[in-house]
Amino acid sequence: MPTENHSVENAGETILSVRNLSKTYGKITVLKNVSFDIKRGEVVALLGENGAGKSTLSSIIAGLVTPTDGSMQWQGAAYSPATPSDALNAGLGLIHQEMRLLPELSIAENIFVGRLPTRSGRVDNFEMYRRADEQLKRLGLNVSPATKVKYLRVAAQQQVEIAKALTLNARFLILDEPTAALGGEETDKLFEQIERLKNEGVSFIYISHRLEEIARIADRVIVMRDGELVANFDSAKVPVSNLVEAMVGRQLDRIFPHLPAPTHKPLIEVKNLSSAEGDFHDVSFTVSAGEVMGIAGIVGAGRTELVRAIAGADPVKSGSVTVDGKVLTLKSPADAMAAGIALVPEDRKLQGLVLDHTIGNNIALGNYPRITSRNWVTPTEIRNFATTAIKRFGIKGSADQRANELSGGNQQKIVIARAISAGPKVVILDEPTRGIDVGARSAIYDVIAELAKQGMAVIVVSSDLDEVLGLSHKVLVMARGRNQGILAGEDATRHAVMERATA
Amino acid sequence: MSEITEQAAPKSGVVSMSFVKKMSGPLVGLILLCVFFSLTSEFFLSARNGLNILDQVTVLGILAIGMTLVIVIGGIDLSVGSVLAFSMMMMGVMQRQMGLPLELAIIVGIATGALCGLVSGLLITVAKLPAFIATLAVMSVTRGLANILTEGKQIVGYPDWFTSLATVRQFGFLSMTVATFIVLAIIAAIILKYRPAGRNLFAIGGNPEVARLAGINVNLNTCIVYALSGALAGLAAVAFAARLDSSQPSAGLGYELDTIAAVVIGGASLSGGVGSIFGTVVGVFIIGVLRNGLNLLGVSPFIQQVLIGVVIAAAVTFDTLGRKRR
Repeated sequence: MPTENHSVENAGETILSVRNLSKTYGKITVLKNVSFDIKRGEVVALLGENGAGKSTLSSIIAGLVTPTDGSMQWQGAAYSPATPSDALNAGLGLIHQEMRLLPELSIAENIFVGRLPTRSGRVDNFEMYRRADEQLKRLGLNVSPATKVKYLRVAAQQQVEIAKALTLNARFLILDEPTAALGGEETDKLFEQIERLKNEGVSFIYISHRLEEIARIADRVIVMRDGELVANFDSAKVPVSNLVEAMVGRQLDRIFPHLPAPTHKPLIEVKNLSSAEGDFHDVSFTVSAGEVMGIAGIVGAGRTELVRAIAGADPVKSGSVTVDGKVLTLKSPADAMAAGIALVPEDRKLQGLVLDHTIGNNIALGNYPRITSRNWVTPTEIRNFATTAIKRFGIKGSADQRANELSGGNQQKIVIARAISAGPKVVILDEPTRGIDVGARSAIYDVIAELAKQGMAVIVVSSDLDEVLGLSHKVLVMARGRNQGILAGEDATRHAVMERATA
Repeated sequence: MSEITEQAAPKSGVVSMSFVKKMSGPLVGLILLCVFFSLTSEFFLSARNGLNILDQVTVLGILAIGMTLVIVIGGIDLSVGSVLAFSMMMMGVMQRQMGLPLELAIIVGIATGALCGLVSGLLITVAKLPAFIATLAVMSVTRGLANILTEGKQIVGYPDWFTSLATVRQFGFLSMTVATFIVLAIIAAIILKYRPAGRNLFAIGGNPEVARLAGINVNLNTCIVYALSGALAGLAAVAFAARLDSSQPSAGLGYELDTIAAVVIGGASLSGGVGSIFGTVVGVFIIGVLRNGLNLLGVSPFIQQVLIGVVIAAAVTFDTLGRKRR
């Protein structure tokens, strides 16, 4: 926006500089001598696998963690925030991947929580709504500030977080995986907003696992590995393969495993299925033994609702699901499992795992009939059963370890291990690689290909276009709750999928 | 108390070790309490007093078994004290006023408890009420019904064989009611640990959506658990009536809180997914020993209340801190 002159004159000036930051926990070093500068109005992408030190670095800048060593300068002055509010007051905000909003309060209350504007001792609602509205308009968000946050979609909730930081006059925002839960259209909108704020002189650190986005939004790229800054690209127009190489420290093409041709034996047939809650209508498809079908579409297209209904988790209004020639009556997930349908749900932390329980208990859950033929099970039997699955799926952990001690990729493998241990005919994976780092993703891909090779019918829902295309024999595209077509072979291109997804 | 320690102690290797380690907090507390009272009261450390304590904790213990299941699935049951009173009055009315044989009346009493628990379960799963509200409602209704049955009067005059269940020590050792408590505790401990149905309860408490997606019928299990809690309240009513030689509509007032305290002292988490019968039994004994010891020392009941509150806070604090460190 060329009209915004006041910020342009300061563009190019260094706003934040970080020198030799280190952080150790006991003997473990999570951050080693990290130094970099960020200029006013600049978007710097911060890349790295899970555990590379990205979160520690952002937490230090946002005042959540104090560094063991090193220093920072913010707008030319020494900066060492002791608490998040120090950072916020100085104008630096961190937008978490997982929202930290209060669902029962309004947008305005969420924005001003802890510092509600008052007049003669009472909350000044008028002023609060006015100022909230101002920020929402600035972000191009067309909702009333009186709306309760729980009624907002994830994308809008995220914008409330951004608006909250902006009311604090934030000049610098760290966005931690902001697009992880967003569809294509919502991502575009977010990028527009970033662009707009950038022109106002706001700087960003942008953390993402979606490397394809980087070139679109970032000015520069810094890459971390094992707690160190390992690469600094002056332009974001770097081939994705170079970025990945810097992240993993070795050449790693995003190679999808080879899939043998599927059989022509239909395992699951879905006919004219419609949701009881109106989330999807009249969807039909067939997946054969050994076949992988991807489901693509933007967030809110009804993909998750569709697969949840097939897995018995949500009610259907009409239509039928047939597995191996048998028409099913799906009243509960237990019914679907009995018929041979296994679901690896969208949110592994909320729907996939009992995080406080051991890996062994998580894998054993729902699998007791496979562990023992008696109605009686010993801890040793559970451990042995889990250990077999842990080996089979290459999970880095032991049966007695708690699930929340593992990385996202390994947690996902636990959920897959549980689902597969039930010996299903049809496996549905909903966003199997969301929030999982690049190295661990290919391991998940291998697992998925292996399931197909063993003769299961596999359905993969994913917001990652390359993943859906690379991993599947055919792709069902959904938009507004309807099947927009099933693409296979040469017809299945990014362009064709996007066209239908946005239809 | 050796039989208590044995009942839940698992026999297999590593798990039993970590299990004992996990339990050591409350157990150490209980031992310290016993040591303290042994040193300060000449009457405390005797076989007779030990059996007395067992008699005294039986009702609380039976209620706490049900409460453990409820808390493990992430619920709470505020109705157990009132359901106990209602079951007790039903049993009395059936036998004294309807002329039913006492054996049948006992079954009616237990069934009454189970039915009340089932109502709580249905309110939670079908009407989608929070467990706190559902059982609060049932608590109020059943206390009212208990009083309505006899217009608040007690029922006295049970046959001798019935009162002897609580008073006569078989083989000079255990009364029938105490034996019932011990057997139930052992069965519940085994179910929770070694039966898939019991282990599923931990998953439900840990995360009900995960449990449902893993093929567990969460609503059915919830109803069963509350019905069991109610049935155990009914059984506790029978034991209590035998001990009191009467049925009283005011019986069990405030017992729900003692019961919840015992379960929580025993290491269960009110957010669900964590808990054990062994821990609960230790919790029950901590409360029982504390009451018994303070009585022997002649401490006033008012001061006892204060001390019990302090012990609850201390026990749970240590447990929480220990959990964090783990």
